[in-house]
Amino acid sequence: MLINQFLLLAAILFCIGVYGVLVRRNGVLVLMSIELILNAVNINLVAFGTQHDISGQVFALFVIAVAAAEVGVGLAMVLLLYRTRRSINIDELDELKG
Amino acid sequence: MWFLTHPWLIPALPTLGFVVILLLGKRLLGPARAHWIAISLVAVAFVLALGTAGAWISHSDHDTPVTSEVAGYAHVDPKCSQVAASVAAEGEEAIAPVATAHTSEAGHGEAEGEAAEGGESMSQPVVRCASWWSNGDSQFNIGTMLDGQSVLMLVVVTLVSLLVHIYSSEYVKGDRRYTHFYAFLQLFTASMLFFVLAENTLQMIVGWELVGLCSFALIGHWWEEKPNSDAALKAFITNRVGDVGLLVGTIILFFSAGGTWNVIDINTRANTGRISHTALLVASCCLIAAVMSKSGQFVLHTWLPDAMAGPTPVSALIHAATMVVAGIYMVARLYPVFFHGLSIGGSSINLLAVVGAVTGLFGSLLAFVQKDIKKVLAYSTVSQLGFMVTALGVGAWTAALFHLFTHAFFKACLFLGAGSLSHAAGHSFNMVDDMGGLRKKMPTTFWTYVIATGALAGIFPLAGFWSKDEILAGTGGANDGVGTYYFALIMLLLAAFCTAAYMTRTIWYVFYNGEFKGDTHGHGDPHENGPRIAVPLVILATLGAVAGFANLPKKMLGIEMPESLALRFEHLVEPVGAFFPGHGVGFTHAEFNNLLAIGSLLVALAGVGIVYAFYWKGALRPLHGLAERNGMARLGKRILENKYYLDWLYTDVIVGFIKKPLAAATYWFNQNVIDGVVNGVGKTAVASAHIVYDQIDQGVVDGVVNGTATFATETGGGLSKTQSGRLQQYAVLFFAAAAVMAGVLVLAVK
Amino acid sequence: MNTFLHDWGLAVITFLPLVGAAVMMAIPRAEEQLQKIVALVASTAALAVGIWILAEFDYDRAGSMQFEINRRWIEIIHSRFSMGVDGIALPLLILTVAIIPLCVIYSWNHIPSPGNAKAFLILILILETGVIGSFVAHDLILFFVFFEIVLLPMYFLIGVWGGEQRQYAAIKFFLYTLFGSALMIVAFLALFWLSGANSFDMTELHNAARVPGALSNTAQVLIFGGMFVGFAIKVPMFPFHTWLPDAHTQAPTVGSVILAALLLKLGTYGFVRIAIGIMPSYASHKWAPVLVVLSTIGIIYGALGCLAQTDMKRLIAFSSVAHMGFTMLGISTLTDFGINAAIFGMVAHGLITGMLFFVAGSMKERYHTLELKRLGGLLVSAPKMGWILGFCSMASLGLPGLAGFWGEFPAILAAYNPAEGLSKALFRTCMVIAAIGTVFAAGYLLWMFQRTSFGTPKDEFADDPHITDVSRPEWIAWTPLLISIVLFGFLPGLMFDVTNPAVKIVAAAAGIGG
Repeated sequence: MLINQFLLLAAILFCIGVYGVLVRRNGVLVLMSIELILNAVNINLVAFGTQHDISGQVFALFVIAVAAAEVGVGLAMVLLLYRTRRSINIDELDELKG
Repeated sequence: MWFLTHPWLIPALPTLGFVVILLLGKRLLGPARAHWIAISLVAVAFVLALGTAGAWISHSDHDTPVTSEVAGYAHVDPKCSQVAASVAAEGEEAIAPVATAHTSEAGHGEAEGEAAEGGESMSQPVVRCASWWSNGDSQFNIGTMLDGQSVLMLVVVTLVSLLVHIYSSEYVKGDRRYTHFYAFLQLFTASMLFFVLAENTLQMIVGWELVGLCSFALIGHWWEEKPNSDAALKAFITNRVGDVGLLVGTIILFFSAGGTWNVIDINTRANTGRISHTALLVASCCLIAAVMSKSGQFVLHTWLPDAMAGPTPVSALIHAATMVVAGIYMVARLYPVFFHGLSIGGSSINLLAVVGAVTGLFGSLLAFVQKDIKKVLAYSTVSQLGFMVTALGVGAWTAALFHLFTHAFFKACLFLGAGSLSHAAGHSFNMVDDMGGLRKKMPTTFWTYVIATGALAGIFPLAGFWSKDEILAGTGGANDGVGTYYFALIMLLLAAFCTAAYMTRTIWYVFYNGEFKGDTHGHGDPHENGPRIAVPLVILATLGAVAGFANLPKKMLGIEMPESLALRFEHLVEPVGAFFPGHGVGFTHAEFNNLLAIGSLLVALAGVGIVYAFYWKGALRPLHGLAERNGMARLGKRILENKYYLDWLYTDVIVGFIKKPLAAATYWFNQNVIDGVVNGVGKTAVASAHIVYDQIDQGVVDGVVNGTATFATETGGGLSKTQSGRLQQYAVLFFAAAAVMAGVLVLAVK
Repeated sequence: MNTFLHDWGLAVITFLPLVGAAVMMAIPRAEEQLQKIVALVASTAALAVGIWILAEFDYDRAGSMQFEINRRWIEIIHSRFSMGVDGIALPLLILTVAIIPLCVIYSWNHIPSPGNAKAFLILILILETGVIGSFVAHDLILFFVFFEIVLLPMYFLIGVWGGEQRQYAAIKFFLYTLFGSALMIVAFLALFWLSGANSFDMTELHNAARVPGALSNTAQVLIFGGMFVGFAIKVPMFPFHTWLPDAHTQAPTVGSVILAALLLKLGTYGFVRIAIGIMPSYASHKWAPVLVVLSTIGIIYGALGCLAQTDMKRLIAFSSVAHMGFTMLGISTLTDFGINAAIFGMVAHGLITGMLFFVAGSMKERYHTLELKRLGGLLVSAPKMGWILGFCSMASLGLPGLAGFWGEFPAILAAYNPAEGLSKALFRTCMVIAAIGTVFAAGYLLWMFQRTSFGTPKDEFADDPHITDVSRPEWIAWTPLLISIVLFGFLPGLMFDVTNPAVKIVAAAAGIGG
């Protein structure tokens, strides 16, 4: 079946995204990695969508829209971070320490 | 006929005056121009009333005689009266009398026949109305009923009111509320005229109460002083007590007459036995309560002397024309109700006669102990109203209205005279201490006052003699009357004696009694007032002297009166028809009785004579200072001075009880019992809530919650070390956990 | 436009004030003048629609519902958005839309402490929506919703802008009424289930409840009982009246006016429209003796309560108990005559007592006290206001020629001849007692008038510059009321002719047999 290839691609993309999120220090890159994770999900949704009904595609469209919003908010936060701290290294952001 | 179908204009004019004066107000009218509007409107109303009277006289002289075919409904608009409508539709049978215990059918038929045979030319009422409002299936009209009685009152009210208006423009000049005074005089006149013309009982209630309102406003005219506003309140509330009777009485009549307010309907149905005797009896007792309050009958008369707190012209208006006679008028209006309800014909005692006779005597006794000249006159009004009520109670309908007619003139004259005296003599009404010796200084007032006094005392040939004599004859004690009311006759003769005596006493104190004792507050010696005060006095005194000739007896001391002069008043005023008691039910007119007339004149002269001897001549020594020496006399004087303790009973006992203990107890009940229950429920709810909260919620439930929280805090303290704040460390944990869970899921699903 | 209003006029008039409130919420608090203008415009617009309805109303068919709306609403419980107005509701509807703009005008310079015109006026507008909705609703659930909407704004009006004991009064008012509503909704639901109408529509319930055997006699009496408690608290009838004096005394002037003029009418209207209008005559006949006895007690009791008062506003509040007693006396006769009188009485009481509260409020503003002991000489300090107070007292005590009389006298009259099957002896006794109540009414009102207005001002207020005569907003707010009091006094037919056809239908259904 064709679906396996899509699933494999999605899994790889997901892993790359997770790797990026976990190890990158740059905020922008972390956001990009998150985007990768979301796109992996999208691929899965579309792939399954072809098997069942149209709702998979519809969901994917929703995810794209939400992702756009999320990136928008995320980038805005990064920008503000930079303005206040002159740095976007997320290792330095540990105010939430308990 | 124009005058007879448009009488509504007469009350409309003063109403207009009220509105105009009130709207223009003090500023636009200037300090003293209101009286021109008021006087001219009342003058026009008076002219209209005279026109109406003229039309009425020619109407009654030339109208179709009441016969069995016409029966007196010819000019009654069928729209207004159910009876008139059914007579128009079905003819005479519609009102054929129903045989009951209290109506003798045969007798009534006889009366009809008599009227038909005699072809007696009698006036028929003119009734016009318009639809006012309706409720359910009942229709309420507003309209005018014109018959002898209302025409009489139209003339009397407008005339007295006109004179009072003119008089006031001098008397109340410069008053702090001059325009207000005239506005309410106008409304007062208008309300009374509205009442007089009322076509139905509902309209009568409206007029009746509006009159009460105006008396409230005018008695309390100088409301800055507490006694005045107290008097106003007393007048209004006492009247309100009687109004309960009026409301209940008219309601009973409305239903028992078959759902009609129309006076003619009610009267016809009462007269023909279509209303049960019980209903008539209860209704007339209720209405008597109303008469007692409005017309100042004994035990509800106490407001009337207090009402002297108002300006004197108002007192004149109240006592002569506009207010207190309303009760008399109402009884006369609904006479069949009383006649049959109280079984006046052929008996010798009934409530109305007793109330009237007692008032006549007791009221006149009170006048003896007064120092205030206005109070003397007030009690004399009480007593004279007693005469009128007695007359109605003994079946002497015409005599009552005749006395009302004559009394209006001489009583107005006396009140305005008292005002004139006080106006000249330093604004005091205390005749014993602040007057005296005014005979020479104020001749016009003196002479008019003496004439009016003579009329009131019933001295031949002044007006009071004729009307009072007719009442005495009407009691039937001396000759053939409607019944034989000896009690009333004796009481009234005593009252007539007292009246003559106390009025003479007044004259002594005011006009003789040495020199002037008062203080004119720097206005020099008291002197006669200007023409605006003097002219009304002269007019009223003249009328008080000659009004009695309106109803000369047919035969007197053997002299036959010419037909065109005798009993004119009776002919013009007394109704004939199915809506008025006829000969058949025992309604007759007592003939003039020479013996009684001479007797009553002698009684009056005796009253005058004794007082003359006592004061002028200083005779009758043993009577001087009797009250100091004799215990019984002292007691009597004290009772009189305390006005039979009625004021004390009402103000202190009844009102005091309602206002203080009863109201306070009710309020206590409200605050503590009813509200106590409510607050108790609230408090119990709060208390049980506290128990629930303190014990169960805070103890048990919260204990568990708090325990959990403590546990959570402590474990959290340990776990908080894992909170490095570093995002990626969290992400590692997150993904690791997700991976583990995914593994578990995979394994579990397998 | 006309057809739109014909179809939706009642919804428009109901929700216009709410729209106004919404607009006001969007305007910042600082723009006080604008707030007031918006509130005035919204309430005047409702008045305009009301006048349009008055003009378009078909008086020949005053007995039937007009301007009907009947749309889907909450299908799951078979409740529909149905509204309509007939001769009974019309006078009350017009009274409502007329009183509120006057209240707004009166508030122009009189926002009570602690200020905040925005919130104050918004609450009044919400209140208006609730009252109008209750009068025009033709579905029990819809009615109930509007009936309850009224509570909250009033609670806040008393609780925030009230006098010293405002918290207590507000909570008392709220809980009392809520308690009544709880029983009322139970009665509604019972009626819904037991009658088998499967609808909350008043007409359908009316018909279903009359199907023989649909409702057992016990069920009828109990359901009526539930409604009785709900409405009797609102009226308020003795012995459920104790919230009223507190609420009135503590409420701000406008709150008192609305409370007296409009809110109390919800109770009596409920009796006419729902309790008597829907329930079969058996229940009405069982309850009528209770109603007549309680209302007669209320007449005397309220009057005695008045005489014990030392505070003018509280006295007027107690007088409401007595006056509503007359209204309930009319209703309890179950005759067209009595119910007509009751509706007249409602409107008359709304106008007159509303005016009395206005005057009392204005006096409070000038004297800072309403203690009868300290007042006096109002006629000297502020003659016009004094005469207005006197006029209103006279109207309130039922002087013929003014509106109050036509509510009182026909009610007494109707009690002489109640509907068939009711005890004549009982009703006639009550009639006489009620007539005696009019003496008391004269007593306490004139006593109040004497204490406040006659005489000369007490020393503390003798030369007080704050005691001024009637101001312009007061004139604008009061004149229409004063004119209507006179107008209805002279031409009672204006209202009786409108209510009569509708009342006849209600009375015909309620008055037969027992």
